[in-house]
Amino acid sequence: MTDRFKPAVQILTDYGYDSAKLIPILQKIQDAYHYLPEDVMRFLANELKISPAKVFGVATFFAHFSTTPKGKHIIKVCNGTACHVKGSASIIQAVKDKLKLKEGQETTEDMMFTLECVSCLGACGLAPVMVIDDTVHGQMTAQTAAALLDEVIKAEAAHGN
Amino acid sequence: MATKDIAKIASDFNKAYKNITKRIVICGGTGCIAGGSLKVYEAFQKEMAARNLTCSVKISEGCRENYLSLSGCRGFCAQGPLVSVGDIFYTKVKPEDVAEIVEKTLLKGEVIDRLLYHNPANNQKAKTVKDIPFYAKQQRILLHDCGRINPEDINEYIAHGGYAQAKRAYTEMTPEQICKEMTQSGLRGRGGAGFPTGKKWEFARIEPEGKKYVICNADEGDPGAFMDRSVMEGNPNAVLEGMMIAARAIGADEGYVYVRMEYPLAIERIRKAIAQAEELGILGENIFGSGLNFKIHVMEGAGAFVCGEETALIASVEGKRGMPKVKPPFPAHSGLFGKPTVINNVETLATVAKVFEMGADKFSKIGTAGSAGTKTFAVTGHIANTGLVEVPMGTTLREVINDVAGGTTNSDGTVNPAAFKAAQIGGPSGGCLTKEHLDVGLDYESLKAAGAMVGSGGLVVMNDKTCMVNVARFFLEFTKRESCGKCVPCREGTDQMLSMLTDIVEGRGTLETLDKLEELAKAIQKSSLCALGKTAPNPVLSTLKHFRDEYIAHVVEKRCPAGVCKALARYEIDPAKCKGCGMCKRACPVQAISGAVGKPHAIDPKKCVKCGSCKATCKFGAISVKA
Repeated sequence: MTDRFKPAVQILTDYGYDSAKLIPILQKIQDAYHYLPEDVMRFLANELKISPAKVFGVATFFAHFSTTPKGKHIIKVCNGTACHVKGSASIIQAVKDKLKLKEGQETTEDMMFTLECVSCLGACGLAPVMVIDDTVHGQMTAQTAAALLDEVIKAEAAHGN
Repeated sequence: MATKDIAKIASDFNKAYKNITKRIVICGGTGCIAGGSLKVYEAFQKEMAARNLTCSVKISEGCRENYLSLSGCRGFCAQGPLVSVGDIFYTKVKPEDVAEIVEKTLLKGEVIDRLLYHNPANNQKAKTVKDIPFYAKQQRILLHDCGRINPEDINEYIAHGGYAQAKRAYTEMTPEQICKEMTQSGLRGRGGAGFPTGKKWEFARIEPEGKKYVICNADEGDPGAFMDRSVMEGNPNAVLEGMMIAARAIGADEGYVYVRMEYPLAIERIRKAIAQAEELGILGENIFGSGLNFKIHVMEGAGAFVCGEETALIASVEGKRGMPKVKPPFPAHSGLFGKPTVINNVETLATVAKVFEMGADKFSKIGTAGSAGTKTFAVTGHIANTGLVEVPMGTTLREVINDVAGGTTNSDGTVNPAAFKAAQIGGPSGGCLTKEHLDVGLDYESLKAAGAMVGSGGLVVMNDKTCMVNVARFFLEFTKRESCGKCVPCREGTDQMLSMLTDIVEGRGTLETLDKLEELAKAIQKSSLCALGKTAPNPVLSTLKHFRDEYIAHVVEKRCPAGVCKALARYEIDPAKCKGCGMCKRACPVQAISGAVGKPHAIDPKKCVKCGSCKATCKFGAISVKA
């Protein structure tokens, strides 16, 4: 066995090779590999004795799963109802402008940022909300959102990235 | 292992609690944490340590000390971070304020005026929770302990009477009695459909003995609703106790809490509560010496709104794509892995122990005849006090918006009840309520009659600067994206409806578009497989009914009365204000602006792409957007 599948074997062992646990298994795989690589999914299917189609089916059904690599920093902008009526569209636009993302593009060329528009983070009291790497920032404006991104960019530059 | 004696745990805790000199509670709900409450908590720890003040995390008998802890969500999210010292209630506390709070309030009992909640309605400061209309006008049964107890300490839950009802259910009551009591209470499912909880349990109870499951539906996907998150974060043990009672009622020995992954704190607190309950033998084998077992697993959802639908949720627990199935068979008959399964939402389950505590009779008298008890609403949008509100069923929309939540606000945040335009209730499956519905009671029957629904309890208040067509389109965009694709009416129909709505907001719609939209909406309602599709057209139909004028303005006059729809906006230069500086002319990317230097300029609407660059550059405020 190659080193590539070592984390996958560990995860499968933790879940007792139980195909009913496919979703938690894929969640752990995504944590380990940062996305769901095709070869790993084929490996899972083989080990769990289910068809690759079933694994791909589940992987592409849920919003949380990604079959393409994501950037180092994940920016989530909430576009739930409360955030929407309080102007989340302008924040999404500000982030797109700042990161120079084209229509339909989620991850920056340098793999530094991924922008995700999510439906509701349940922090409606602070609408509109933006999350950078799991830290929630509330009552955003286009300006404060851009300023927060500048901070991350600056910190990365300081680390020589 | 045998269950520990909960009466002793409660009395030990209460004895020790008497020695507490001051209780300091920092709100540790998602909203307050985002506002920096964890930093406030750390600042308290540091400041108290520096002054040699105890701030025990585990209270113990015999030593006098202060008790500093985090709590779950207190529901007053827009005012966070919230801190209470004894009865004194502070809002918007920053780490810099902590030294002063310790010095003045903790040590001397003085009140710091600037940190008190300022009530904009009467311009007064509120010293305690009771003085704040937001809290004073609620009836908090479900949320009673949220924000008061430490959600990460099972002992405090037990000290407040927790798990006593589970004990009763396992040791003193028969499954029949439990189902009967539940039916008598009139509690109906708080997740949306409002099915009587007792009946649901009874269906699963009468199934032949064998493997059965209880599932807690914590996949709170309705954008704008966060009561389930708050309950799990603020009082996770109440959810577990409800599941235990349900399990006893139907004879299940295994349960799942299915939580959406967007709620990491709720997941953490539920996991912690399960671990503590297992440690005390409350969960596990031979519960309360009854010989019965119950184990609870936590599963994180992977992000699909449709998994809030029970059969879709079950499919995803089984490791499949989260697609709904045709009912019947209902889960109570054939659910998880084909076994009888009771599936209730968080708010319902967290209410169960309260029902048993107060008795079915008393509970059934709260609220209205057909809708017993209280309901939690997540009030958001253009409203003074965004947050969680728990009121008896049947409380009017006007009372909730104006009395509890402080009134509708203008877009700049100032309170202006006259600006109220509509309230969307029940999220993407619900409908909108207008000025004429302000005196409608918020209960299952009245809302249904008004063409809306309780749903999960999301209540988004919108002011007169909101375009209802845009709002309808927003919800459709959501349901279209979240349609699982299994049945054609929902998959293709929502896509088609969204295209029509896009045409309308971008000025390509006609009166015929409106008729077709309505026809298609009704077809989708009738022919979709599950509730997602059946209810997806609701926001469109209800706005078409109540705000048809607005739709007509979009398609006939090509005008958005609220001035929201960008494609229909008209940029105009006020000749009286224009100095003819030429800034806008240079900023315009499509050369739509003309005019001689020093003379008022003008915009050619045919060339204008409505980018807004001219308005942004004008120093004289001469350019405005006309609806």
